[in-house]
Amino acid sequence: MWSLENISHTVDSWLYNRFDPTIAMLIEFAIIAVAVIGLFAMLGLVLIMMERKVSAWMQVRLGPNRVGPGGMFQTVADTLKLIVKEGMTPNNVDRFLFNLAPFIVMIVSMVVLAPLMFAKGFQIWDINIGVLFIIAVSSVSVIGILMAGWASNNKYSLIGAMRSGAQIVSYELSAGLSVLCIVVLAGSLRISDIINSQADGWWIFKGHVPVIIAFITFIIAVTAETNRAPFDLAEAESELTAGFHTEYSGMKFALFFLSEYVNVFIVCALGATLFLGGWMPLHFGSLTGFNHAMDYIPSFIWFFGKTFFLIFIIMWFRWTFPRLRIDQLLNLEWKYLLPISMVNLLIVTIMAILKWHF
Amino acid sequence: MAFLKNYIKDIFGAVRSSLKGMRLTGYYALHHRKEPLHENVPDNRDELNFPERFRGEVVMPHDENNEHACTGCTACELACPNATIKIITKFDISPEGKKKKALDTFVYHLELCTMCNLCIVACPTDAIKMAQTFEHSVFDRNKLTKVLNKPGSKIREGIE
Amino acid sequence: MSPMIIPEMGYKRKKELDCKVGYKIKNELYRETQIISDPSKSPDIEGDLVINIGPQHPATHGVLHLVITLNGETVKKVEPHLGYIHRSIEKMCESLSYRQFIYVTSRMDYLSAHMNNHGCSMCVEKGLQIEVPPRAQVIRVLMDELTRLASHQLWWGAMAMDVGALTPFFLAFREREMINDIMEETCGARLTMNYMVPGGVMTDIHPNFQRKVKEFIVHFKNKIDEYDELVTGNIIFQNRTKGVGYISREDAISYGMTGGSARGSGVSCDIRKLYPYEVYDKVQFNEIIEMGGDSFARYMVRMKEMRESISIIDQLIDNIPEGEFQAKTKAVLKLPKGEFYSRIETARGEFGVYIVSEGGTTPYRIKFRSPGFSNLSALDHMARGSKIGDMVAMMATLDLVIPDIDR
Repeated sequence: MWSLENISHTVDSWLYNRFDPTIAMLIEFAIIAVAVIGLFAMLGLVLIMMERKVSAWMQVRLGPNRVGPGGMFQTVADTLKLIVKEGMTPNNVDRFLFNLAPFIVMIVSMVVLAPLMFAKGFQIWDINIGVLFIIAVSSVSVIGILMAGWASNNKYSLIGAMRSGAQIVSYELSAGLSVLCIVVLAGSLRISDIINSQADGWWIFKGHVPVIIAFITFIIAVTAETNRAPFDLAEAESELTAGFHTEYSGMKFALFFLSEYVNVFIVCALGATLFLGGWMPLHFGSLTGFNHAMDYIPSFIWFFGKTFFLIFIIMWFRWTFPRLRIDQLLNLEWKYLLPISMVNLLIVTIMAILKWHF
Repeated sequence: MAFLKNYIKDIFGAVRSSLKGMRLTGYYALHHRKEPLHENVPDNRDELNFPERFRGEVVMPHDENNEHACTGCTACELACPNATIKIITKFDISPEGKKKKALDTFVYHLELCTMCNLCIVACPTDAIKMAQTFEHSVFDRNKLTKVLNKPGSKIREGIE
Repeated sequence: MSPMIIPEMGYKRKKELDCKVGYKIKNELYRETQIISDPSKSPDIEGDLVINIGPQHPATHGVLHLVITLNGETVKKVEPHLGYIHRSIEKMCESLSYRQFIYVTSRMDYLSAHMNNHGCSMCVEKGLQIEVPPRAQVIRVLMDELTRLASHQLWWGAMAMDVGALTPFFLAFREREMINDIMEETCGARLTMNYMVPGGVMTDIHPNFQRKVKEFIVHFKNKIDEYDELVTGNIIFQNRTKGVGYISREDAISYGMTGGSARGSGVSCDIRKLYPYEVYDKVQFNEIIEMGGDSFARYMVRMKEMRESISIIDQLIDNIPEGEFQAKTKAVLKLPKGEFYSRIETARGEFGVYIVSEGGTTPYRIKFRSPGFSNLSALDHMARGSKIGDMVAMMATLDLVIPDIDR
């Protein structure tokens, strides 16, 4: 079967045979860098297109359907437009911070792609603290947002950035606690261990009610982390006209825009890995024929399928619900989500000790 | 205890109302071929049909002998609120040798017209009517000042 | 009713004032511009942030310029600056005859265009003492109610969009398209329908009118339940609007609020019930009053009004009497000397037309009492102490259309 693991093995062994080890490692770094940047761009394209089409269907209209068959090349046209736009820098901005902010946000998104497992054996860096690495590094993006808001020399941007900072910092707690439930059940922080522990069934089926509650809090917390509606006051269009990235135009705005969508992909990939089994196919315990048939579908299709299903759910939230006010948002986190997550973690720990899960 | 009951009731109420809303948009997302209300303009320009009372612009219908029904009575010019119509009359010599007032040019400023229909209602002989064209953009402003009666046309017999 | 005549010793007509005197009066008033509010609270302290919302802004329903003084995220003072779309309609009407000035009013409050035209026609008819035939009365009421439905639909879509849900906007426009198609067939235009004339309506209704309206009613009765499911019952929306923008009943009366915004605070001010005109006294419908006083109450008033409009249309659509659609009037209308006022309930509130006539073919002075102007003046009172997000929700429930305010 075509599997990405074979490709990476072949390339790896060929390189190490040809060159001496240091040069081979450096060439591998270069290949991975190009691949990550390519994946970043491809994901941006596909996700923006998906957002436009899904939002159009929910609003009883068709999405873009002129450029390319079924409108597939619309994002290419948009990217070309953003490249040739004039990138204006307003007068009294803090130049260094203004130029640095989009890059920080983009670099964080790219670095977090490292521990994720895209297919069986296909991972950039299998670090032993994989989950902790993802959560820790993704909180650095708050700095980029605050920098953008402050350096823009604009009251609206400042208000938007402050709101966004408060929101992201609060919701990381609930997200972290939901993730901890799975870590407790699986017994390790390493991503490959967590996926291997789901070989006989996904955690959302094995750990029943507490893990479902953890999944729901995870989805809500992660929608708030990435500044998506209904928690998108940082860019509330009807109130502050684009919030912290009001003053950005041209390529810098494109970087903010792309990193937002890649962030959505990353958190959905994390959710798919922890709760829905990563690249593991769907197995029912006793039906061997069914299991064998499921094994024929390549593992990267399983992974991307699950991730895109979660992305569809997050987009569904955006186009259905109105926006929460800042105090209601923080209310939701500190009074509802956090106590529920803490009690849930306790229940999951008891369940793991007494082996009450499947 | 009552606090805990209200808390849990709040949570369940919130989840239930959110799911109801999501069901509606989910229905529209999955049935997107059936529901959307769209027209393929500009592809279907040829088969667009407008209701006959649609107010596009004022025209003066001429029949096949190049005749119209306007007597030059200037009722429409008096009825128009913002001087869109200007009628220039001349004196025609009828076969008996009498001088009769007739229409020379009917100047219509499309750029000023508000399509309020007052001129059509005021006309006693039904000489003008509203057409269904709606694309009036031109590159040159002079093209918007139209003369409604065609050259060489005269009034139909029997209209007073 | 007999026309009112102000005695000779009353106020001088505005146009007869001395020019210099007028300027000085205006200057003093400008320096003392104070929004009606508690004068003991003075919000101009150091360290307050003053931001401008508008004039070009997605949430202000037109060109409205609000100068907001903030402390952190709490609003301390709101000052609306008007006049960005002032087109001097009232002055323009002084040079137009009584048949010609009606078309301009559809451009004032363009969402209830029929009702504006209706108000002007009623005032001219009052002056000339013309009796409108029954068929024309029923057609006028049907057009009014359809316009009220269309206006409330657009209000609902725009309100949901301001609060953050972007889907209901498209759903609302889908229904509005059906009403626009009905209007296009009968009146000829979709937004600024110049259809009401003094004496009746301009042309008879199209033969398809009754069938299409009945189809629309059947379709819309299902959809309004969908509206409730999607937005009204949603917990997030209820939290955004409950308790926000409270105005008490006495304050609403003292600011002169009318329409749905006042009925949400318990003021009974539906002109269709208090001073019935046309066939409203023969039709069964309820006046919707809610006692809450906050944004959610105003929202529920309008949602229930949509259902009442449907029931009025249901009662009338099969019983259109035969007859003429326009009373016979002279070619040139001349109102007798005097002053005439007539009022009508538009989708926003009470719209009043006040004509002062000196006996000629054009009016001496026309004044339009626009409902939005009074409703907007209560915004400062409602907004003190709330947050910016609440301000947007409040403005949406007040149902403002800025060309109506600025004329």
